[in-house]
Amino acid sequence: MKKSAIHFPEDLKNKLRGRWNEEWRKENRKKMNVKERMSLERTPMLENEPMERIKGFFEVNKGYTPEMALSEARRCMDCPNPTCVLGCPVSIDIPTFIKKIEIGDFLGAVKVIKETNSLPAVCGRVCPQEDQCEGNCIYTKMGKKPVAIGNLERFVADYERTQGAVEVPEIKIKKNKKIAIVGAGPAGLTAAGELAKMGYKVKIFEALHKPGGVLVYGIPEFRLPKAILEKEIDYMKKMGVEIITDFVIGKTATIDELRKEGYEAFFIGSGAGAPWFLGLPGEELNGVYSANEYLTRVNLMKAFKFPEFDTPIPRGKRVAVIGGGNTAMDSVRTAKRLGAEHAMILYRRSRVEMPARIEEAKHAEEEGIEFKFLTNPKRFIGDEDGWVKQVECIRMKLGEPDASGRRRPIPIPGSEHLIDVDIVIIAIGTKPNPLIPNTTPGLELEKWGEIKVNWDTMKTSIPDVFAGGDIARGGATVILAMGDGRKAAHEIDKYLSGE
Amino acid sequence: MYKIIFNRPIAYKVKHMRVKAPFVAWKRKPGNFVIVISEENGERIPLTIVDSNPNDGTIDLIYQEVGTSTYRMGRKKEGEDIYRIVGPLGKPTHIEKFGTVVAIGGGVGIAPLFPIAKGMMEAGNRVVTILGARTKKLIILEKEMRDISDDLRVWTDDGSYGKKGLVTHALQELIEEGLRPDLVIAIGPTIMMKFVAKMTKENGIKTLVSLNPIMVDGTGMCGACRVIVGGKVKFACVDGPEFDGHLVDYDNLILRLKAYREYERESLERFARFYPQLRSYIFGGEK
Ligand SMILES: Cc1cc2nc3c(=O)[nH]c(=O)nc-3n(C[C@H](O)[C@H](O)[C@H](O)COP(=O)(O)OP(=O)(O)OC[C@H]3O[C@@H](n4cnc5c(N)ncnc54)[C@H](O)[C@@H]3O)c2cc1C
Ligand SMILES: Cc1cc2nc3c(=O)[nH]c(=O)nc-3n(C[C@H](O)[C@H](O)[C@H](O)COP(=O)(O)OP(=O)(O)OC[C@H]3O[C@@H](n4cnc5c(N)ncnc54)[C@H](O)[C@@H]3O)c2cc1C
Ligand code: SF4
Ligand code: SF4
Ligand code: FES
Repeated sequence: MKKSAIHFPEDLKNKLRGRWNEEWRKENRKKMNVKERMSLERTPMLENEPMERIKGFFEVNKGYTPEMALSEARRCMDCPNPTCVLGCPVSIDIPTFIKKIEIGDFLGAVKVIKETNSLPAVCGRVCPQEDQCEGNCIYTKMGKKPVAIGNLERFVADYERTQGAVEVPEIKIKKNKKIAIVGAGPAGLTAAGELAKMGYKVKIFEALHKPGGVLVYGIPEFRLPKAILEKEIDYMKKMGVEIITDFVIGKTATIDELRKEGYEAFFIGSGAGAPWFLGLPGEELNGVYSANEYLTRVNLMKAFKFPEFDTPIPRGKRVAVIGGGNTAMDSVRTAKRLGAEHAMILYRRSRVEMPARIEEAKHAEEEGIEFKFLTNPKRFIGDEDGWVKQVECIRMKLGEPDASGRRRPIPIPGSEHLIDVDIVIIAIGTKPNPLIPNTTPGLELEKWGEIKVNWDTMKTSIPDVFAGGDIARGGATVILAMGDGRKAAHEIDKYLSGE
Repeated sequence: MYKIIFNRPIAYKVKHMRVKAPFVAWKRKPGNFVIVISEENGERIPLTIVDSNPNDGTIDLIYQEVGTSTYRMGRKKEGEDIYRIVGPLGKPTHIEKFGTVVAIGGGVGIAPLFPIAKGMMEAGNRVVTILGARTKKLIILEKEMRDISDDLRVWTDDGSYGKKGLVTHALQELIEEGLRPDLVIAIGPTIMMKFVAKMTKENGIKTLVSLNPIMVDGTGMCGACRVIVGGKVKFACVDGPEFDGHLVDYDNLILRLKAYREYERESLERFARFYPQLRSYIFGGEK
């Protein structure tokens, strides 16, 4: 998993170099010199106006037009050693897909992306590009705005989908072996898709009533429209992946029981779904939610359409969200859309330490979200009906860097103060759900209950069981989960072919 | 989609549904529950599995119509479908031979009590049952319970059936008669469980209760179902729903159950506008 500055693995280097030397690429490079390319400005994403978008759950970003995509694609200098690729966890051949856009071959561009990423419409939208591909783009290193790789990826994926041009690969060889996938999140879906392409009989067992994992229950509509996800899932189904919903592994059946039913290999992609609470007094009050519950009610159960949909969600006027990650941003922006006059982030460190994607924090700010940095809750105070009415907070200052490299927050004695609220959402992270480990004897775990895997093969301590995504990483990103799913699929294939 | 075999009233606003859910039926043990979504825009609600038949792949649910979700279930007919059922969830009851077990069921709590009491009987326990309800029409499963009990007593708040009084009075009576229960299992309204537990604590009798907090996923993912037991936060869907009755913070549970009251009302009003023919059934009194 380590990334070193400019070390390209041999096979990747050969692949990139081979394409870089193709005639069309050479021709294209000549169209514009590097200096001209560098003089172009980054094409901003079209967005809906903040004051409009907080009235609803429609998508904030409107995407690029073909003209915008072309002009952004021209900025890419088609580097001979494209460091951007090293920043992408699934090593998408970024310059090749961008140059295909430049020559107007949008569908060709998607094909390149899909060599290693089966959900480009999702990743283009939700990847933390600033830490990954774009963070490693040569422009970033020169102190300039990186090529908008994520926006371009999204553009071609949307183009393919809206043009109805999505091709389902023809699966030639059928293998008479059954594989069970646990969880229909990005890790499980990717593993299933890859194995289906290889001709295996793949069944996904999903606990909830809809597939998608965090993409369906956590990430809101305004960031990732569910219709897009549904299309991606339809695509999987067309490739022959079967999805059984309402099936909890460890409850409805265990891995051992499935093995007796003839499944020959397993991939566990059950995510890190169990919420952390703070353990503070008053956390049991009404109006105090885990981000998981709040977002699940709104996204999965469509509580924002209550009473048309039966599941309710209280529409608070003063909502405090505790945390500074993507989950916190999603929660607070959801609260704003549900009518909060004051939608606040309480974060114990300062802005620079916030782990949220930069774009999310920016969007949140535009939407009028109030950020209270260096603020940590101490307890929650309720009214006579047991409903939360205040949070007692303490101010923090930053001390020496801790193990995570971020400066450690230290409480300032005597700085306690009260903030009036009617909803509190705790978004401080999640941990793996112990349901599967508890019912799968022999499965070795890491410190916080993550399933222990060999990172080269995604194998667990049980020979026919593989795992990946958040259940192994304990909370990471969509693209890392997908990368794990993909790697596991290839290892499962090797395992079943007796290699 | 889960096919309904039958769905019939067994008491005032209490219905018994048998529905095909083979994956649940084959695995289910006493104490387990399912999460049901009756229609696509419906809510996820927990219901105890009262009985199951693995050969036919069916499960039995007994539910009281109290709000939109349960009225939605109530209007479904034989041959129609339930949108989603997932389970079996929750920890099954720990069943062993304790000796004398007193099973106390209040109102629709008799339904979840039944499979547990039956399990206790099958494990060789002497089962003494107390059924309680506000009024006669709300007593359910009396015959079924009688078949598995060594002794069964009915009490109603208004005295319309059996003796007049609360189930705590009934328990008091048993203790005064000299019964020394090894275990009490109480399932019913939270307030009932609270007072039963208070009494058994004073008498030093081990007590099991089954909690019914509001749930969403039912698999430990959301924390909606958190309850305080022995000063610690527990998720009822995975750590329970049964807990040591002497350790539960009932008052907190009672407050949490009220969290959505206004919304429940609004939702039910809307439902009744869609089904005007049900309006008097829903809002009319006990007839
Ligand atoms: C609110 C929120 C916002 C986020 N935003 C971003 C972002 O912008 N960018 C980014 O890259 N990442 C983001 N993340 C993180 C990202 O979503 C996760 O890293 C990713 O979804 C992990 O994928 P996964 O497949 O491992 O697990 P999940 O997506 O969690 O999927 C696991 C699936 O398994 C199912 N399951 C669990 N247990 C069982 C069982 N016993 N039996 C059957 N099924 C089971 C679950 O129901 C679920 O559907 C966000 C996370 C959250 C919560
Ligand atoms: C593990 C478990 C097992 C259960 N088993 C059964 C069962 O076998 N039979 C049965 O009839 N009910 C059972 N319940 C309760 C059942 O889930 C609720 O009655 C149901 O969710 C109400 O939904 P509704 O939309 O019809 O009513 P709502 O509109 O949600 O509520 C209407 C009224 O019911 C009350 N209420 C809401 N949720 C609950 C709840 N979880 N428990 C008690 N009261 C509630 C509300 O305070 C309100 O007064 C169980 C609950 C749990 C947690
Ligand atoms: S998958 Fe993510 S990291 Fe890789 S190129 Fe696309 S947006 Fe960048
Ligand atoms: S590093 Fe930037 S400029 Fe270079 S190939 Fe990658 S995207 Fe293009
Ligand atoms: S119902 Fe969600 S954790 Fe129990």
